[in-house]
Order: sequence, then C-alpha cells, then structure tokens
Amino acid sequence: MTALTRPARPDEDDASLRPVPWRRMAGVTWRQHRFALIGVAALLGALAVYEWLTGESLHQAYAAVIACHPAGSPACQGPVSTYNYMENFLSNGTILQVVPPLIGAFVGAPVLARELETGTFRYAWTQGFGRWRWALAKLVTLAAALAAAGGAFSVLLSWHYQTYFAPGNQALGLFGMSPFDTSLFNLREVAFPAWTLAAFAIGALAGMLIRRVVPAIVATLAVYTGLAFAAGLYLRPHYLAPLVTRNPNVPGSAWILSQWSTKDGKFAFAGGFPPINLLNQFCASVPPGKGGPSSGAFAQCLARHGYTQWTSYQPASRFWPFQWIEGGWLLALSMLLIAATVWLVRRRAA
Amino acid sequence: MNVVEASGLGKRYGGTWALRECTLAIRAGRVAALVGPNGAGKTTLLNLAVGLAAPSAGGVTVLGGCPAGSPAALDGTAFVAQDTPLYKNLSVADMIYLTRSLNRRFDQPYARARLDDLGIPPKRKAGKLSGGQQAQLALTLALARRPRLLVLDEPVAMLDPVARHDFMATVLAAAAADGVSVLLSSHVLTELERVASYLILLSRGRVRLAGEVDDLLATHGQASLEELALAYLRENLSEVTR
Repeated sequence: MTALTRPARPDEDDASLRPVPWRRMAGVTWRQHRFALIGVAALLGALAVYEWLTGESLHQAYAAVIACHPAGSPACQGPVSTYNYMENFLSNGTILQVVPPLIGAFVGAPVLARELETGTFRYAWTQGFGRWRWALAKLVTLAAALAAAGGAFSVLLSWHYQTYFAPGNQALGLFGMSPFDTSLFNLREVAFPAWTLAAFAIGALAGMLIRRVVPAIVATLAVYTGLAFAAGLYLRPHYLAPLVTRNPNVPGSAWILSQWSTKDGKFAFAGGFPPINLLNQFCASVPPGKGGPSSGAFAQCLARHGYTQWTSYQPASRFWPFQWIEGGWLLALSMLLIAATVWLVRRRAA
Repeated sequence: MNVVEASGLGKRYGGTWALRECTLAIRAGRVAALVGPNGAGKTTLLNLAVGLAAPSAGGVTVLGGCPAGSPAALDGTAFVAQDTPLYKNLSVADMIYLTRSLNRRFDQPYARARLDDLGIPPKRKAGKLSGGQQAQLALTLALARRPRLLVLDEPVAMLDPVARHDFMATVLAAAAADGVSVLLSSHVLTELERVASYLILLSRGRVRLAGEVDDLLATHGQASLEELALAYLRENLSEVTR
C-alpha cells in the first residue's frame, strides 16, 4: 500500500497561477478525435487517388485535341469526341458536393454533442485547463486540420477539372463549363476548404445546441444544404455588380444572370427568347436552320425592327475575385459560429 | 480556511428551485457528507461548487474564497461526477494522458502505481472496465491531480459492497495522509458512518441540518449518523405532510 501514499506537493501555494499551456490541447484533441480525423484522411485519400488517375486520362485526351492540327479539321474529330465522350467521372464532380457537409457533420457535430450526451463534459469542464479554453483550443485545432486537408484536396480537384474551364473549348467544339458553374464553383480553389470549414463550424454549434449526436448530424446536413443553395442562388450572383451589355455576343465563359429586351427605351419582354406572337408578327420569314432557327437569328431579326437585347452577366475574369469573396465570408461566418459555440460552452449551466 | 462557502446560494431550473437559500461553510480537512433523498438538490449543490452550473441567486466560493469555476478553483478542485463519466473508447493510458495534459499538476507515478495495485491494465479501454474499476480509475485520475478539495457525486451508488469499501478506503487514505478536504454526496447512509466528519442534510432544495458530526450527535441525542439522518428526514417529512 506504500504506493498510495503520495509525496508532498511541491507547489502547494503557487500564487502566480499560470494557466495550462494551450499547446497541450493538440495531443488531447488528437487522442479524442483521431478516428474521425483518420476517417477524413481515408475518405479524401481514396477520392484523391481516383481524381488523380481519372484526371491523368482527362488531361491526356485534352492534350491530344490541342496537339491535333489543323484544329477543326475532320482528322481532329476523333480526339475531340474521345474527350467529349469520356466517362462522366462522379457526374463531372457534382457528387463531390456531399464531401464538405459529410466531413462537417461527422467531425463537427459530435465534438460537443458527444460530451453532452454521454456526460463526459462533467469531466472535461472541471479540469484545470478551463472549459472555454478547452472548447476554443479543440475547435480551432480541428478547424485548422480540416481546412488544411480540404485545401490540399482542392488543389487536386482544381487541377482535375481545369480543362473544363479552358478558354478555347467552345472554338474547338469541346465540352466546357462557365467557371461560375454552380456544380463545381464551390469545389474548386479556396471555396472547397472554406465550405468544409463552414460545415464543421455549423456542426459544432448544432452539437452544442442540440446536445445529441445523431440529431446534430442531421441538423448540420440540413443547414449546410440550405446555406449552399442560398449562396449559389441568391448571394453569389451579387458578389459584384453584374455587367450589362447590348452586345448579343456575350462570351460563352460568362455567367449570364438575366436577359431582356427593350424597344424605344421601354421594356419589351424578359428572357433570351422572344414571345411567339412577336416572332409571328416580325420574323415569320426567318429561315429555319438545322433543328429550327436559333435565338440568335431571332435576335438579329428583332434588332432590325428596333428591339435591343440586353444581357446582365458576370465575366469569367471575375472568377478569382468571386472565389476570394466566397472564401472570405465563409471564413468570417465560421469564426462567428465557433465563437458562438465557445460562448455557449462558457455560459451553459449544467 | 473554508474549503466550501455558500451564502444565499440558489439554483432555479425553469420555474422550480432545485436549491434555495443555501448558506454553509465547510472548514478545510473535513470529510463532508451531503445527505438527502433523491431530488433533494445534492447534485445541484455539487455542480455549483465545481463551477459546472452558475447560481441563480447568491454565490459559492471554494478553497478560501476562489469563486467556483474560476481558474484557481478548477486548479485545486477535483470532481468525480455521478456514474463516473469517462471516455469509453479511450484506453486507461489515454485517460491518464488527457488528465495530465489538462492540468498543471499530475502525479503520473502515483496514478500508474495505484492502477497497477488495482490490477487495471493501461491498455484496456475505459468502457471495458467493470463499474468498480471505472470508479477507481476516475478517483485515481482525480487524486493524481493532487487537489486540495475532492468533490464526489454519489460515488458508490452503482458499486457492489466490496468495490464500495475499496473506493471509500482510498478516499479516506487521501483525506488522512494528504489532508485533502472531501465533499461527497450519497444516499447510502451506512457508508458515511465511517467516513464523514461533517454532515449536510438536504431535502427539497433546502439545507435542513449542517454541522460537525460529533456535535450533531451530541445535541440531537442520537447514537449514529444514520439514525440522526433518518430521524431528521422523517420528522421533516411529517412536517411537510402535516
């Protein structure tokens, strides 16, 4: 029983109470969340291998099109169709939209919900480290780790889908997308880690508010989905004031927000395609092209009758400003959510 | 020095008071027993003392005037909550690592030696230990922090008689050898007989009786703590029903 007798305390009355160093939370966080972090690494790792291998063949097919001269000749149709008919890897990446919310929900939501659900918060919050410092250190450490992993993965994704956004695609007859295309905009460059971070922060706060793991995960997925749709539909088009042009030839890479026509300075009709009665009145004689006359032909016809077509759009050159704006507000939102979570930990009465 | 001091302390959950007008002072070096029926407010009082809950009225300080939950209070107080919550998926060694990392002081050799004595393997997951072993692990982690105040909420409620005895023996050894002040709640009155030197009787959110055990026994003419507590609770109950 000698082991039970403990030596005297060396610093019984340490008046200058130095707090427990912040860095100690790194090891604590790792031991408590290693399975979640290893799971994230495994998921992103497996996807990365797949994206890399399929990306290689995509880039090779693209290089074959570029190398073919003269471009557009019948001899070059082979490489072009090879590229255009390549397998739609993960639906052109759209499926990867689920990755940030899954990471956020399964890593973020349990951080506090599990402590509250199993009662271990009564252990954690009564240690010398202090509960709000514990919450802050843990959330910031995990957030930084996830943002870094998301950032690394995003580099690979951005490389993989690079050829979709190359400027010459239209002229070469290649499949292409506007750089603002909603199915990929938030999976590339800074947006991917920013959305991952936001999902984690939403999860952490949901866990603190709901206090149970499974409902918190469900709530996180729901809130994230709502936020992602709202951002794509209502926020992103207005990050910068759109350009308005009367030039009918807006480049294909631009993000067209709306089109309308005027006559004699007055609003005539909305949308890119004129109403049928107007066409019957003025443009009945427009020669039908292959598969019907193009809206461009109708626009020209109506232009001769005094109509002006207007287009408001975001030019492709704004891709990077838009990426930074989206990354910026998501970072600010995430910091706000984490701060709110820490505040709740500090004031919550057991 | 008063190791726990409450004045006008109250806690309200929604519209009901779990604890009200609680005023008491427990001097250092005591083993203080908090006794009362279920729902009397024992856990509420302990949660307030360790800073998990914030008071709705009044205040509570520990260790000679440190507000409950303040850095100094957390540093000197170790708490073992009801049902001894541990991270079930972490090993015993990980629990030691966590507790060492989260505190300024941690007596690792003591913790290792005691777990060795108890036959608790360091690699075993905390969730795979028996109820008695989990309680002993939680107590060991708390004592290895070298607290000046040890707070235990219903520590033996879930334990079999042997584990109960071993647990209390450890608490008493710490109190005797190292001068740790202890505040524990229990509704197992027989267990308190051997250990308690100070008694606080709670019922329906109010302190009914508080004082040194010897004094209380002398003034109330009762032979044992159990009889005193029972007599007082019955009397109180009849008072309520009348």
